[in-house]
Amino acid sequence: MEIAARESQGGTILDLSGDIDLAHSPAMRKALLGEIKEKRTPKVFLNLKNVRYIDSSGIASLVEGLKASREIGSRLILYSLSNTVREVMQLSRLQKIFEIYENEEQALSS
Amino acid sequence: MKSSNGKGRKAYKQFHADLLLKLEMRSNPEALSLVRATLERAAEALNFHSVERRAIVRSVDEALANVMRHAYEGKSGLPIVVTFRRLYGQNPQACEGIEVLLEDEGVAVNPSKLKGRPLEDIRPGGLGLHFIRQSMDEVEFSRKHGKNQLRMVKYLAIPKTESGSQGE
Repeated sequence: MEIAARESQGGTILDLSGDIDLAHSPAMRKALLGEIKEKRTPKVFLNLKNVRYIDSSGIASLVEGLKASREIGSRLILYSLSNTVREVMQLSRLQKIFEIYENEEQALSS
Repeated sequence: MKSSNGKGRKAYKQFHADLLLKLEMRSNPEALSLVRATLERAAEALNFHSVERRAIVRSVDEALANVMRHAYEGKSGLPIVVTFRRLYGQNPQACEGIEVLLEDEGVAVNPSKLKGRPLEDIRPGGLGLHFIRQSMDEVEFSRKHGKNQLRMVKYLAIPKTESGSQGE
């Protein structure tokens, strides 16, 4: 899994790629919570276009990030979910609690 | 502990099982991607649809992660055996499903902790078992000879012969 960060629209975009599984979800969790809790970035965008796989530990990290962002009044925004990620979101019935957009343009203008 | 997701059309039927693949691995999370890739190809060879393939891969991956995190308490280098079997009925050419058996030598799993958590309770953790139950047709846990065994079965929606035509 790879994580790249870039600045945009008063926030940070984290471009995630590869597999977010038990081996790699700790790295995503660290990057996500670093942006939210330490840097207190007002908007954190997660670009999931190139995520091939996500497991329950990856979903748990997203939920943790969402809770942390709500605690400090910031926003966690997900976009460009692959079929695999979308299926897992539906299975966990979490798609309604996250802010999810079809693409980067819609996410940035939200 | 045994559960079925209600696809009862197969429950009465007797199946034969051919060994497809047996993996001896260690409790290293880095190995999970190898198992996923191998299983994806195996399920494809058995003519599972892409949605079913992802369900099988997701279930086995989550089950292995549970073994590593809970039965082996995060310790790496400990043995796990994964056996894949092809299921068929009266016609040996018509694959009807896949059976996956996971065995580990970790601490005994308390069946009362195999319930997962209510999805309404939004918090990290506890989703893996839910994914497995939602994705597989049969899930059965047992403890035998000092080993945890998890048996999972996924049936093909439409049985197909190896040449790709519809089977029995």
